[in-house]
Amino acid sequence: MATIHVDGQSYEVDGADNLLHACLSLGLDIPYFCWHPAMGSVGACRQCIVRQYKDSDDDRGMLVMSCMTPAADGTRIDIEDEEARAFRASVVEWLMINHPHDCPVCEEGGHCHLQDMTVMTGHDRRRYRFRKRTRRNQYLGPFIAHEMNRCITCYRCVRFYNDYAGGKDLGAFGSKDNIYFGRHEEGTLESRFAGNLTEVCPTGVFTDQSHSDHYTRKWDLQFAPGICHQCAMGCNISPGERYGEIRRIENRYHGDLNGYFLCDLGRFGYGYVNRTDRPRVPEWQASPDDPPAELQVDAALARIGDALLHARRVIGIGSPRASLESNHQLRELVGADNFSTGIGALEQDCLRRMNDLNRSCGLPIPTLREVEEHDAVLVLGEDPMESAARLGLAIRQAITAPPAERAAKLGVPAWNAEAMKTLAQDHRQPLFIAYPAATELDEIARPRLSLAPEEIARLGFAVAHAIDPAAPDVRDLADGLREQAGDIAQSLMNADRPLVVSGGSLMSPAVLDAAGNIARALARRASRGGLVFIRREVNSTGVSLMDGQPLDWALDELSSGQADAVVILENDLYRRLPDTRVDAALDRSEVTVVIDHQRTRTLERATFSLPAATFAEADGTLVSLEGRAQRFFQVFEPTYMRPEARIHESWRWLHALSNRQSRADSGEITLDQVTGACARAFADLAPIVEAAPDSGYRVEGLRLAREPHRYSGRTSMRANQNVSEPRSPQDPDTAFAFSMEGYSGFQQPRQQVPFAWAPGWNSPQAWNKFTDEVGGHLRGGDPGIRLLNPQPGRYEYAGNIPDAFRADGEGCQALVLPRLFGGEETSALAEPIRQRMERPVLLLSETDAKGLGAELGGLVTVTGDHACVTLPARVQPDWPAGLVGLPAGSVSAGLNGSRVTLSAGPGATPSPGEEVRP
Amino acid sequence: MNSQRQSPIYRSRLLQPASERAPETHPLTWRLRDDGKVVDLADYEAKEGYRAVRQVLNEHDPQSVIAAMKEANVRGRGGAGFSAGLKWSLTMQGGDMPRGYIVCNADEMEPGTFKDRLLMEQQPHLLIEGMILSAFANNARYGYIFLRGEYVESARVLSQALAEARNAGWLGPDIAGSGFDFDIALHTGAGRYICGEETALLNSLEGKRANPRAKPPFPGQSGAWGKPTVVNNVETLCNAPAVLLRGADWYQGLSGDRTDDGGTKLYGASGLVNRPGLWELPIGVTGREILDRAGGLRDGRNLKAWLPGGASTGFLLPEHLDLPLDFDTVGKEGSRLGTGLMTVVAEDQSMVSLLRNLEAFFARESCGWCTPCRDGLPWTVKLLMALERGEGETGDVELLDKLAADCGPGLTFCAHAPGAAMPLQTALRHFRHEFEQGVRSPEGRARGEPISVGEA
Repeated sequence: MATIHVDGQSYEVDGADNLLHACLSLGLDIPYFCWHPAMGSVGACRQCIVRQYKDSDDDRGMLVMSCMTPAADGTRIDIEDEEARAFRASVVEWLMINHPHDCPVCEEGGHCHLQDMTVMTGHDRRRYRFRKRTRRNQYLGPFIAHEMNRCITCYRCVRFYNDYAGGKDLGAFGSKDNIYFGRHEEGTLESRFAGNLTEVCPTGVFTDQSHSDHYTRKWDLQFAPGICHQCAMGCNISPGERYGEIRRIENRYHGDLNGYFLCDLGRFGYGYVNRTDRPRVPEWQASPDDPPAELQVDAALARIGDALLHARRVIGIGSPRASLESNHQLRELVGADNFSTGIGALEQDCLRRMNDLNRSCGLPIPTLREVEEHDAVLVLGEDPMESAARLGLAIRQAITAPPAERAAKLGVPAWNAEAMKTLAQDHRQPLFIAYPAATELDEIARPRLSLAPEEIARLGFAVAHAIDPAAPDVRDLADGLREQAGDIAQSLMNADRPLVVSGGSLMSPAVLDAAGNIARALARRASRGGLVFIRREVNSTGVSLMDGQPLDWALDELSSGQADAVVILENDLYRRLPDTRVDAALDRSEVTVVIDHQRTRTLERATFSLPAATFAEADGTLVSLEGRAQRFFQVFEPTYMRPEARIHESWRWLHALSNRQSRADSGEITLDQVTGACARAFADLAPIVEAAPDSGYRVEGLRLAREPHRYSGRTSMRANQNVSEPRSPQDPDTAFAFSMEGYSGFQQPRQQVPFAWAPGWNSPQAWNKFTDEVGGHLRGGDPGIRLLNPQPGRYEYAGNIPDAFRADGEGCQALVLPRLFGGEETSALAEPIRQRMERPVLLLSETDAKGLGAELGGLVTVTGDHACVTLPARVQPDWPAGLVGLPAGSVSAGLNGSRVTLSAGPGATPSPGEEVRP
Repeated sequence: MNSQRQSPIYRSRLLQPASERAPETHPLTWRLRDDGKVVDLADYEAKEGYRAVRQVLNEHDPQSVIAAMKEANVRGRGGAGFSAGLKWSLTMQGGDMPRGYIVCNADEMEPGTFKDRLLMEQQPHLLIEGMILSAFANNARYGYIFLRGEYVESARVLSQALAEARNAGWLGPDIAGSGFDFDIALHTGAGRYICGEETALLNSLEGKRANPRAKPPFPGQSGAWGKPTVVNNVETLCNAPAVLLRGADWYQGLSGDRTDDGGTKLYGASGLVNRPGLWELPIGVTGREILDRAGGLRDGRNLKAWLPGGASTGFLLPEHLDLPLDFDTVGKEGSRLGTGLMTVVAEDQSMVSLLRNLEAFFARESCGWCTPCRDGLPWTVKLLMALERGEGETGDVELLDKLAADCGPGLTFCAHAPGAAMPLQTALRHFRHEFEQGVRSPEGRARGEPISVGEA
């Protein structure tokens, strides 16, 4: 700690910070542009100037950039110094010389850092009378709109895009007052984190194209604290709604998790919420040939209730993309003995194994913030950039961390970004990747080990043995691999904080066991390591902590006639198991009830369908891959703009059905009740009631406002339907109000913040007002509660080491490889994501391709026991022979690990992003 | 002889005959030939060439070299005047510190300056010898000559000299049997003024945008590729061999009692003088002596003002002609010695036009990193253009005052904008009436200039 004196007041600050950081953390306002808490200081914009005095006797002092000056003990500065104020006004005046002043038509307006800083410095008279410079803009793809005329040349975009996120196709061009930030030619930005440019850019150069297509000012949006549903990472988001549509998703700061950044899947994958083809009312389809008929809610509940009552046995199929509450309520409806998680058997085995290992291996699961602090990483059978991109970005920070010791020796503070970059050069912490396909992290890793899953597991077992001889050894391991294992073990042992990353992408229990052995071996050395397992879907972890049967079991019960009715919750079974198996089950089902918010192939098979709420219309609890239970909150009430819609949370539908079933009208249910019941039902889930404040939570006696206080048009937005303004929707489930009335300030600490706003701070930079220190944690606590805590006990090393993988002449082993864009079910229905998807291809080794006679890019048909798919083939030089890599989203996940045969063959050439079905 | 050098407008010529130059008095130029041809390796070796290298590398240690340079008080000849010996003493070495780099700043682009060019075009081995000595003192593994891209003749001569030196064993492993290894590469820049700023130079050398770096850390701590790096001007490095051969006392004595600074300096004159060119003179000679050597102003014009050392120095008046031209004295008069090559302004030249020209140069050469320089300088250019055309408005001159003040030292990221501000500020101080004559309109009048749409 250090004491600094600002405008005559003394404060305690962290002496390792710079003055700007320290002052902002104290809640003092200093304007800035080029500085960013996640990217440090570069001193380019000269906006944060203050006067610094040598000591208490110095009454002249000198002007310094607060971002480039250490907050050393005894520092004396004046922010309110006249000359410093005048200079800060001059800086904005210069920045405004060429700025188009197009705020009324600019999409940044209302959450623009440049607007905020201009107001803060008091510059309000234009003196520059000459011609402005104008620029040409570029097409940068479906996510990002480009308007270079607004640029104030703060360099944040390229610093984030290149230095932080490792991008290569965005640059600073030109010199003097003609710096151009863009691509060398028009085209889609390649980085999967490009969307952060919209928040990193202090003005409207980079804006959200998906938002632009249905634009609403920030102050006119209705927000709620959301959790991204597109992968298992659990990133906190701030979705904004207007007129019953999600209009944009912004990052919601979480000090332990996503910090300031999201991946593009999470930011732009929301379009499925707005699809016009969504089921909005209950439907009934008497026979597969009839068109579905719409039902009133009461009629639907009555008919479904009757049908289920008459059924011999009802199976409930849950879903890892639905909330814990919805899954629990389904289990309540059908009974624990008839409940399936809706997850394939192999995947469920993997998920349970991951939970067990996380609790028993002895290494904790690091938060993303902690991931960045590890100094050696082994990625075993995963591609985090595809399966959990935000984790990939955190791993990148860990690997590219500058050499701290040398910096300390030279006295270079960590926030001095360019100096650190100079010092670091190509310094990399060791990163090892064992994965068959090329990954984006390869460029900062040691040469990737391109191996089949069995070989990856064997490598992992060997690494564990090299760390701790008590761990079982792998006999007959190839010499090369043994040497590699030794190197990896050595690097992990040399590290202060080794991190093991693995997961379920390859659906190989052996790989997970191997990762567990390594973690256990490291834990025995008492190293401060970590173990992360990547799960596939948003609530995979949570649902796997319930006691449900796998999907295979449920299908078998149906197809064998053990059960004759099924209730399917937010789950497209065809994406999990092969068509033939799903069809066999649904063909025998007398009553198929499907609750979903998208028209999936499974929903098409429903006797009755009920329109479910998406994350935007529902509340619920999810468990992330970190084992963090987090609540997401309803953003808007769907019936407000569409009175005809009958969309409800799945748990509400299921509770209503339970009521019918038990013929006991227990009345309405609220979120708190169902969350509480779920917590009571499963010991592992007991803490989830603490994941967020309940509906009785109030700040200063007020509910929390979902709408900014400047929200406009409420009295008129429905006037085209009815001039009488309806009562604003009431929320019995949460502490939030569908209104601008309620608490929206920053002074009172709170963990659930729908949107960040503070007086004078309209841009996302307002998050700095909600944190304990800038870049730290929310003052009200970072949201969520961690469930997968270490459990004491005697644990043994796993010993089921698989045999070496051998490519034999007959057929191949199929691997379904995760894909960020298009691999996930719901976001693949969002238009911008569809445009961003790469053309699905299957990966082959050169040997296998030659054997087939398939030309590069020619079509190859993959045939398994239950499935058949035709895709263009791509030969990857180091792809292991005997494997075929299939893109997730184009084939059912159940194909993973199965034997398939390949044939070069005709078939329709797929258009980009289109699924190829046999 | 290169055709370029035979051109009548070729300025980089020494106007002192060989008879006037002696080893004891002209350490930089005594070897130069009257015919302007290159002093090649044989010629150089015959004239004490590489003697200092042989002596120092075999008989001295790095610390004594640094001590000698410090004692001689060789101040940076690039214009800043920072003690080379002190700079060398701050280079990190020893322990686990990797061997770093010697970078010769040969990006001579200061308007009105052409002194390094003379040394490189006619006597490349002196620079190479200076770099070897500097490398020895600073434990550098490799040297780079960062050469201004337009200096094609220097590039040709230096490349040849580097090959000669390498063949003769002056570069490479085990130099002069001392066990010290060092080599030099020539890097030609792309012709940006900002590359003369030492840290921008390093970024450019690394293949990055030529944006300056924040200091600290200084290049001596973390320079090229993050390693300890010494950046010195060509002329500074060329002083090292003589200092080490003849000693610090001798070097100090060269300037007599004119100044505390030691040694000689390549002075020069350009502008409307009769004999523009270069002279090696004891540091601390007066502007009048240089002007006399240059034969006075052309056509009997009177002197209005002069820049003592390049465009980024402040204007001095005729009354300053008798001041000794050393780093400290000039600094006290609101200017800087800079490169020591004076630019002469005659009585009939317009200060407004001159400043418009200078500021256009500085605005164009801004790297675009920091706001005052990037966006402030173009504004001064536009104001000066308006004043030049007689379209100035009330308040324009005061706005120029403010813009110049806001580009002052400490307010901008590097010294580029302060360098642009100094001539502007001094011109506004000494010749304000000329600027005020351009003000013809009240503030904020409607203008007739149509602003076309969509034009860059």
